[in-house]
Amino acid sequence: MSIDTATVAKVARLARLRLAPDELQKMAGEIAGILAWVEQLDALDTKAVEPMTSGTGQPLRRRPDVVDDGGQPDAILKNAPQATAGFFVVPKVVE
Amino acid sequence: MGAGTLAAANRLSIVAARAALAKGEVSAAELAELHLAAIEKTKDLNAWVVVAAERARAMAKAADTRLAAARQGKGAAGLLDGIPLAVKDMFCTAGVQTTASSRILEGFVPTYESTVTTKLWEQGAVMLGKVSCDEFAMGSSNATSAWGPVKNPWLRKGDNRPLVPGGSSGGSAAAVAARAAMGATGTDTGGSIRQPAAFVGITGLKPTYGRCSRWGIVAFASSLDQAGPMARTVKDCALMLQAMAGFDPKDSTSVDRPVPDYVAACGGSLKGLRIGVPKEYRPDGMDPVIDRLWEQGVAWLRDAGAVPVPISLPNTKHALPAYYVIAPAEASSNLARYDGVRFGRRVPGEDLTDLYERTRGEGFGAEVKRRILIGTYVLSAGYYDAYYLKAQKVRRLIADDFDAAFRQCDAILTPTTPTAAFALGEKQDDPVAMYLNDVLTVTVNLAGLPGLSVPAGLSGEGLPLGLQVIGRAFDEETVLKVGQAIEAAARFEALPQVCA
Repeated sequence: MSIDTATVAKVARLARLRLAPDELQKMAGEIAGILAWVEQLDALDTKAVEPMTSGTGQPLRRRPDVVDDGGQPDAILKNAPQATAGFFVVPKVVE
Repeated sequence: MGAGTLAAANRLSIVAARAALAKGEVSAAELAELHLAAIEKTKDLNAWVVVAAERARAMAKAADTRLAAARQGKGAAGLLDGIPLAVKDMFCTAGVQTTASSRILEGFVPTYESTVTTKLWEQGAVMLGKVSCDEFAMGSSNATSAWGPVKNPWLRKGDNRPLVPGGSSGGSAAAVAARAAMGATGTDTGGSIRQPAAFVGITGLKPTYGRCSRWGIVAFASSLDQAGPMARTVKDCALMLQAMAGFDPKDSTSVDRPVPDYVAACGGSLKGLRIGVPKEYRPDGMDPVIDRLWEQGVAWLRDAGAVPVPISLPNTKHALPAYYVIAPAEASSNLARYDGVRFGRRVPGEDLTDLYERTRGEGFGAEVKRRILIGTYVLSAGYYDAYYLKAQKVRRLIADDFDAAFRQCDAILTPTTPTAAFALGEKQDDPVAMYLNDVLTVTVNLAGLPGLSVPAGLSGEGLPLGLQVIGRAFDEETVLKVGQAIEAAARFEALPQVCA
């Protein structure tokens, strides 16, 4: 499965990453190389293997469904590039 | 302590400095000043992103008050009272800029403190500042840091070209090796504590996944990331781990089990302990000197009473390609939060999507973008099974290999890296060549096990080399015990060319 520039452009769009044309070209070549190297895994028979989906081998612990934090709007907005009246500010999304 | 000894107190181990502090032979304030001067003296290494001098002085003063009270029998000093540490720029530190060495977080000043650093400060440690790393901890050379490459304090014999300190915890490694910090925090996702520790001749421990809380640490690959200590001796790492480890309800993967006495574990007898020697840990291109050092390491442990056992970890060669699917997949999800809206850098756009794309396009460096793209691709419809599910299955095989091996042995000994530190600029053109640095360390992350790198000798070019001890999950005690035996036999006392 080789990856071309158009596919990388589509993936970049999905990942919300703006790439310059020359950057896109370079990335496509490098990613194709990495994926070709990864594809050595195809030679391994894993049909009967259960995927390992966690680092601990134990189910995720659940916490009680209660509010245990909050009421800190100033702290939350402190690092926002733009904030006003207790809200994050973004460009207009609804006409 | 005489004036001469005090002047070199930054070269003490944490264990020795604790003793000197307890007796009042040196004050925390003096230690802090010595280290701030050492940071200045070694600043050409470019290890530090933020030097928090005033905070360090205030923390040292408070430590001196507690140490004085303890000397008068009023209360006990903390485990690390007055010990100056560096903090990897991946840990959120309240009121002190935290960037993960990325432009996208430039100017980000957390309003909260990571659990691990909170625990270190609770034990009285003094924060000197924040040290550089590869951007979002993605790299093996510290060359992807937005704040410029960090230099290794070591040089090859007769060659003045700067070398990399390894990565991603390259700033941590360089600062501790150059005696500008007594210890440092690191994070290790594929080898990021152990490989730089080996490259600069210090000790670094990646604990079992779940041992140290990930809360407040900038996330890279959440099922692999683990924080750990980097210091100049095994016992120093044990002391730091003692403070860092423990259950945290704020991290859903933190494991609730008691923290044993890690310091007491150092120095125990190896009599009858079975040391596995995996035949697969000899990749193409491995420096023959490293192979000989490994044999020497086995001999040292045999002399200490351990029993070497040949073992096989047959899926080792599949670990790195599986890692380079799993880690980017998790990273692409974790790094979705950098949107230019809630924190960090924003590049204005014509609309919201344009703002996201420009912010992320300009804010992330090339290696981070590459990994986000790979991660997004392997998780996308049509490719998920072929890449991501396949890699998770291979991960299971790696973990099963270790399970089988630990039925035959109690700890495993391998080299940490296939080569010594390389020159700045080498391996930059081929991502896969750079990835191969982690070929001997990445298996441990995939299986969630503890791994320790101990400096054990020098290469033909006079550069430090490390041996790695791998243990069963949550058996840091055996890992430290074996590491201590290697340290005692290797007697690694060489100092880097750049050393305060």
